Amino acid sequence: MKVVVDMDVCKDHGQCVFSAPEVFQINENGRLVYVAEPDESLRDAVEEAADVCPLQAITIED
Amino acid sequence: MSRRILIAGASMGGLRAAERLRASGFMGEIVAVGDEIHMPYNRPPLSKEALASEVTHEAVAFRLRPAVADVTWRLGVPIASADLAAGAVRLADGAELAYDGLVVATGMRPRRLPTPGPARGRHVVRTIEDARTLRGELGPGARVLVIGAGFIGCEVAATARILGADVTVVAPEAVPMRRPLGDDLGAALQRRHEARGVRFLLGRTVAAFFGEGRVAGAELSDGTRLDADVVVEAVGSASNTEWLDGNGLDLSDGVLCDNALRVEGRSGVVAVGDVARFPNPRYDDVARRVEHWSIPTDTAKRAAVTLLADLGLGAPEPAPFAPLPTFWSDQYDLRIQSFGAPALGADDIRVLDGDLDGEVVVGYHDGGALVGVVLIGLPSAVARYRAELMRAPVAA
Repeated sequence: MKVVVDMDVCKDHGQCVFSAPEVFQINENGRLVYVAEPDESLRDAVEEAADVCPLQAITIED
Repeated sequence: MSRRILIAGASMGGLRAAERLRASGFMGEIVAVGDEIHMPYNRPPLSKEALASEVTHEAVAFRLRPAVADVTWRLGVPIASADLAAGAVRLADGAELAYDGLVVATGMRPRRLPTPGPARGRHVVRTIEDARTLRGELGPGARVLVIGAGFIGCEVAATARILGADVTVVAPEAVPMRRPLGDDLGAALQRRHEARGVRFLLGRTVAAFFGEGRVAGAELSDGTRLDADVVVEAVGSASNTEWLDGNGLDLSDGVLCDNALRVEGRSGVVAVGDVARFPNPRYDDVARRVEHWSIPTDTAKRAAVTLLADLGLGAPEPAPFAPLPTFWSDQYDLRIQSFGAPALGADDIRVLDGDLDGEVVVGYHDGGALVGVVLIGLPSAVARYRAELMRAPVAA
């Protein structure tokens, strides 16, 4: 699975972190960092993260 | 025989319901009916970044997952009426649609002030068209009068200031965003707006608008006369439930549902989003509507399972539905985030971290227990406080 976050759109709300903490994190500077190619077993969590992103900045590119 | 689920409403709640029905294994027909001409789109940017730039559907449209590619969208046509006993709705264009299961996702519309005076120049912000029309009238020097100091009013005020408009906010409350934030944090928010040049005339309402053919200003309840080029009415929402009249439902405030989002006493009918009034056992047994952005997604997930179980196509979910309400508001460079139910802890509000005029965490308590948190800034503290709210036991 390939995950892309449009960092021009992302505003570091961090809602994705609660849905998929293995994939998304807020670093010490308050900015979002993420795993671009997470394991397939995390698909449900990543889809939920994409759903709850306030800016809809997360895309799953299979 | 293939079953049909009808989704009444083609906004976020309707889209999420369609996605969840497919994710839960529903293979039958899904028809979504919406009164707007657009495919589902994300509304929060319309009072924020989208309002500050060119407003296009492309910029705010939700992506469609492959799983919902075969959903039939009937857009630009409201539902006129429903006969729940017969399992059918009638659209405003006269078409009749029968269904096996129904998802009520018709949402809210902005309340309009009944105030007398010219209608032209008075705006609301709910749809892309609303935002586009308003955008055309906001600009440097425009005198903008915002009626209402809730979060839409505050966001529009901030965006209009960023665009160089001269902004006045009129509202009956003593401080802006009083209901979700409380007096002290509301007052602190007001100071931040005032520091950026927004004027507040609080504890007042609009008695009348004046102008010839187009609004030119307002007369307030205390006799103050204000000139204005643009008026924005941000005075709350009304539920879109008239189409359900005549079915014996409690429609006094949205659609009354049980904890599983089933419309009271109606097998095969569920409601999602801000029109659904449901009890949240995380707090108590009082059914409430929740106008937070997280709610369409949370309710759709649960309602899809309930509906398929009612139709004999799946197992019911035994755990209580106890979502953690979440909303955010961006005003200038301020990020306001709310978790839980601050309004239920309004009698015991404490600053937990930081200070009211800087970055701050405010806690709202009921019986000594933390029931809600509002943060301004402090992104690194979000996870900790949210986890604390999630830890509280939920009554079964």
